[in-house]
Amino acid sequence: MANVMIQVENVSKAYRRDSFEIPVLNNITLNVNEGDFLGLMGPSGSGKTTLLNLIAGIDRPNKGSIHVGGTDIATLNETALAKWRATHVGFIFQFYNLIPVLTAYENVELPLLLTSLSKAERRKHVEFALDVVGLGDRIYHYPKQLSGGQEQRVAIARAIATDPTLLVADEPTGDLDKNSAEEILTLLDRLNKEFKKTIVMVTHDPRAAEKAHTVRHLDKGELT
Amino acid sequence: MRILKLMFKNTLRHKLRTFLTILGIGIAVMAFGFLRTVVTAWYAGVEASAANRLITRNSVSFIFPLPLAYKDKIAKLPGVEKVSYMNWFGGVYIDKTQFFARMAADPETALDVYPEFIVPADQLAAFKNERNACIVGADLAKQYNFKIGDVIPMEGDIYPGKWEFVVRAIYQPRDKTVDGTQMWFHWAYLDERMRQEMPGRAGQVGWYIIRIKDPKDAAKISEEVDNIFQNSRAETKTETEAAFQQGFVAGTGLIISLLNFMAFVIIGIIMLILGNTMIMSARERTKEYAVLKTIGFSGSHLTKLIAGESIIISLLGGGLGIALTYPIVGLFSLVVPKSWFPVFYVEPMTLLLAGSSALLVGIVASLFPIQRSLRTSIVDGLRFVG
Repeated sequence: MANVMIQVENVSKAYRRDSFEIPVLNNITLNVNEGDFLGLMGPSGSGKTTLLNLIAGIDRPNKGSIHVGGTDIATLNETALAKWRATHVGFIFQFYNLIPVLTAYENVELPLLLTSLSKAERRKHVEFALDVVGLGDRIYHYPKQLSGGQEQRVAIARAIATDPTLLVADEPTGDLDKNSAEEILTLLDRLNKEFKKTIVMVTHDPRAAEKAHTVRHLDKGELT
Repeated sequence: MRILKLMFKNTLRHKLRTFLTILGIGIAVMAFGFLRTVVTAWYAGVEASAANRLITRNSVSFIFPLPLAYKDKIAKLPGVEKVSYMNWFGGVYIDKTQFFARMAADPETALDVYPEFIVPADQLAAFKNERNACIVGADLAKQYNFKIGDVIPMEGDIYPGKWEFVVRAIYQPRDKTVDGTQMWFHWAYLDERMRQEMPGRAGQVGWYIIRIKDPKDAAKISEEVDNIFQNSRAETKTETEAAFQQGFVAGTGLIISLLNFMAFVIIGIIMLILGNTMIMSARERTKEYAVLKTIGFSGSHLTKLIAGESIIISLLGGGLGIALTYPIVGLFSLVVPKSWFPVFYVEPMTLLLAGSSALLVGIVASLFPIQRSLRTSIVDGLRFVG
């Protein structure tokens, strides 16, 4: 039986906007096993991205605990949390979020700059990651010289460059045409099956959700 | 060091904006350097003053003379090495706009108290041996094309009449802090005319220059000199050469203060130029900084990234400004007669001030964008629409 990798227990989250407190997540409890591919679905404003952000350690819950790989990430300070993210989590965004002045190679190298790897070792990692996403021949291209699908693949290469155990993807196909979206989903599927990455993906797209092993629905801040 | 590449690439992201910012900083630093050079030139006399020189003048005013007889009394004081004297001659050469310092000096002692005026031995001997000989500074000689043997005709004003001086020596300033635009002639030549034409003005000197053994004794010797002539017909005021020179520029203090103020206003302008650029850049990159934080970059990484970019721009602008200061100062020197600002050059301190101001501006201009990027949460940053 697979180990539990992500344990979300009784997590609540609300945002303050001026004098208003807007509840987003209410008492969420969720477990994700190692090697799982979880799809989070739900209407806009249901709290999918907020839950993803909490799991990835880029936001903090108001209540409850989140353990990822045995670490209670809600208790880590900012610096420790940044280090933890750099080591354990790869991020894939809807709009790729590549740095426009850096080449594909340099974008993928970014998270590796935070490690103690030598330049040669970093090169090995970058080339491997770009080969995995099928862009080994585009390493010196800038984001503006790539299609949307290719940009997202570079973003995936950046996410896997440090070989994290967890990949979080927020609407990874939301900005892509059907064919590119299919390529990205196939790639995520491969990363899950071949490279044993645990993936948590937020999506609106039922076709994307089909790739997930488990699909959970959120509505008004609650898991259904 | 690893984020240096990103820092440089960010700097060049908006090439035109960066170029204009660097140019703006460059022009401002140049203006700062130029104003500081003018201020420095104004105080050149004070700066170039020797610590072991005292000046004794009439206590009422510089324009009132002192008897020549004071010389020997001063020379006898312990700690005094040499005493010389001078008179301000004034006069008109060509027309009243052609100004340079013309002074009657004692040829036997003047160069002993002013060793920074370097004169070849043969020229010095020729100067001493001829009653109406004069010695001119190399810069003055260059300005008016004076050569050894040339006669300089002059119309007297303080000392009326027609005067002629023969150039017998050209002195070289020891370094660029020394005025190379002065003209000295024999005090005796002036005095003998006064004996013949205005006997009441004979035997009078404008001021004494006293070389002392130990600068630490300056206050004590000054007091002793003034005590000797207390209650005499011409009481004296003795002070260090620096204090004496300061007295000349004190009257223009307000203008100099304004120039100084302007120089520092310019630093404020640079800060606004760069601050504006950095705020725009950081704002545009809010999402990118959030992405960097997401993938593990810490606050210190972002601080280095933003401050580094700001410092690169400010130092490039500072470097450009410093490079431009030299031709501007050179051009000013060509346009303005040398005798107006005898010592006019870009001081190392001006360069240091300009460079360090640029660096400081780079750091300060990055503070707000750094604070903003650190305070923006990752979630808000990722949602940011610029």
